[in-house]
Amino acid sequence: MSDTRDPDLTTYRDVQLSPDFSELRRRFRRFVFPMTALFLVWYFVYVLLADYAHGFMSHKVGGNITVALLFGLGQFVSTFAITLIYVRWADRRLDPDAEKLRRQIEGEAQ
Amino acid sequence: MTAPLMLPLATDIGNPTVNIVIFALFVVATLAIVFRASRNNKTAADFYAGGRSFTGPQNGIAISGDYLSAASFLGIAGAIALNGYDGFLYSIGFLVAWLVALLLVAELLRNTGRFTMADVLSFRLKQRPVRMAAAISTLVVCFFYLLAQMAGAGGLVALLLGVSHRAGQSIVIAVVGILMITYVLVGGMKGTTWVQIVKAVLLVIGAGIMTLWVLAKYAFNLSSLLGAAVDKSPAAGEKLLSPGLQYGATGVTKLDFISLALALVLGTAGLPHVLMRFYTVPDSKEARRSVSWAIWIIGIFYLFTLVLGYGAAAIVGPDRIKAAPGKANSAAPLLAFELGGEVLLGVISAVAFATILAVVAGLTITASTSFAHDIYGQIIKKGQISGDGEVRVARYTAVVIGIVAIIGGIFANGQNIAFLVALAFAVAASANLPTILYSLFWRRFNTRGALWSIYGGLASTIILIVFSPVVSGKVDAKTHASLSMITDTSIDFHWFPLDNPGIVTIPLAFFLGWLGTVTSKEPVDVDRFAEMEVRSLTGAGAEKAVNH
Repeated sequence: MSDTRDPDLTTYRDVQLSPDFSELRRRFRRFVFPMTALFLVWYFVYVLLADYAHGFMSHKVGGNITVALLFGLGQFVSTFAITLIYVRWADRRLDPDAEKLRRQIEGEAQ
Repeated sequence: MTAPLMLPLATDIGNPTVNIVIFALFVVATLAIVFRASRNNKTAADFYAGGRSFTGPQNGIAISGDYLSAASFLGIAGAIALNGYDGFLYSIGFLVAWLVALLLVAELLRNTGRFTMADVLSFRLKQRPVRMAAAISTLVVCFFYLLAQMAGAGGLVALLLGVSHRAGQSIVIAVVGILMITYVLVGGMKGTTWVQIVKAVLLVIGAGIMTLWVLAKYAFNLSSLLGAAVDKSPAAGEKLLSPGLQYGATGVTKLDFISLALALVLGTAGLPHVLMRFYTVPDSKEARRSVSWAIWIIGIFYLFTLVLGYGAAAIVGPDRIKAAPGKANSAAPLLAFELGGEVLLGVISAVAFATILAVVAGLTITASTSFAHDIYGQIIKKGQISGDGEVRVARYTAVVIGIVAIIGGIFANGQNIAFLVALAFAVAASANLPTILYSLFWRRFNTRGALWSIYGGLASTIILIVFSPVVSGKVDAKTHASLSMITDTSIDFHWFPLDNPGIVTIPLAFFLGWLGTVTSKEPVDVDRFAEMEVRSLTGAGAEKAVNH
């Protein structure tokens, strides 16, 4: 194999226990878990409001635009925003380190 | 049959010949594409995963084509036209669900699996039992989803082609089935993907043109469009603009709504035909781009349906929609006819048909891959089989599934499509998603946990549906007509109050996964877990694209 392979990382076990991989996993989880919690909470707040707070949701904010409509469109905006943020974050903060580890594991053979 | 009544109505809106000609053009064009794409179908990776050589944007468009079924186009537009805001709630659940796939599932799945969901679930657990469970659950979800699409094809024909007698509709269902078998046999995943791409582009352009057209009629003022919809719907009135028209009636219906919301948001990332699409790209970065593209396209499309739904309420009006052969499903086609006459109606009808074709093709290839790769290749032959042998079995399976779908579709013709789709989502959210998340993120998770979660989720969902009001005992309070699958109102064996079982079965499946795991003495396979975790995050050892 090639010389870029780290001699200490001979098995997946070794990689899993290495500080570089731990850091990558920690970074990934510290982003996706809170983000998942955030959008699920926001979604269920919206669902519960739509289900149990009809008075509040049918309040008109201007013309025929209701609070419910704004909240619903807000779900679209938040979904688009989280998608943009995650993709940018993962491209910059995840891919380079993941790629480095992958090369170390696979070697430069390919 | 009510054919004498339906015929004039059906031919009333538009010219069936125009519809058929436009649809035939779509079929010829897609068949040509499928035959071109089939030239490179050599290996199992080609047939199952399109050679893993699609780009993220291509796959993202194909995912939208796979996901936006006729139920979402005709169904949601119709639901908004009649139930106003409550129809909009569906599309929000369907969209937000994609964040689960984006953040937690797509990339990790792409990095660890080869062709199916079962590849990932059985990675570090006991191969055969877990693979079997995952394959069964895959087949069940595909079957219900497929049945919904085929039944929908029958209903659509009544509306769009003026075929109102049952025999004629059955022939059309058979034609849809035969076309779908051809796409899958000839084109494999590559051909299917291209059909989905073409369909997604047509669908979004068609819906986009109609949206602009509707908005232009109201000087691009959403508020005056909403006002016109309210004016045209005296029965619903202002309630059209806020939630509660459909689900706000009683405490039970409110609970039912939460149950549905849960199943929608957690179901998408467990739908096997969606998961399988992540294997058609070269690496996890492209899988991420796929989902990102899909979210944008699906989101924008659902915004279109909001305008189309209220537009149909304002321009066509709820009375005419309810009187049309397809009821709510006819809102979008009727709107197309009001706006652009026969030609626009023909285009929209053809797009709706194309939608069904593309979705059933995707489901068929998923189900046949799961049978050939998981059950035949890995369980029966224990992996001692060549890729060619597996693909041959996959092709036979596709034919069998196609025939089953045709027969099932003919019998299910006239059934409630939304019910079948909601069932598929409930099974996916209960049986598949908990196991996927546990096996990706919980080190201790083991075979018993996986089996209890999959079989427990699957069985509880099906049992609760069978004994729910959707199967028996639901009666319209005013007309005393049956709203259940069993239309004989004297048969009533329901005891579960909700239409959607998600609120019970999803937590139950998560609980069973935990309980099975902690009561089992099976040691963690540390080496396989290490391999799975490292591969999932780094992409090391992931399946590569096929170079031709």
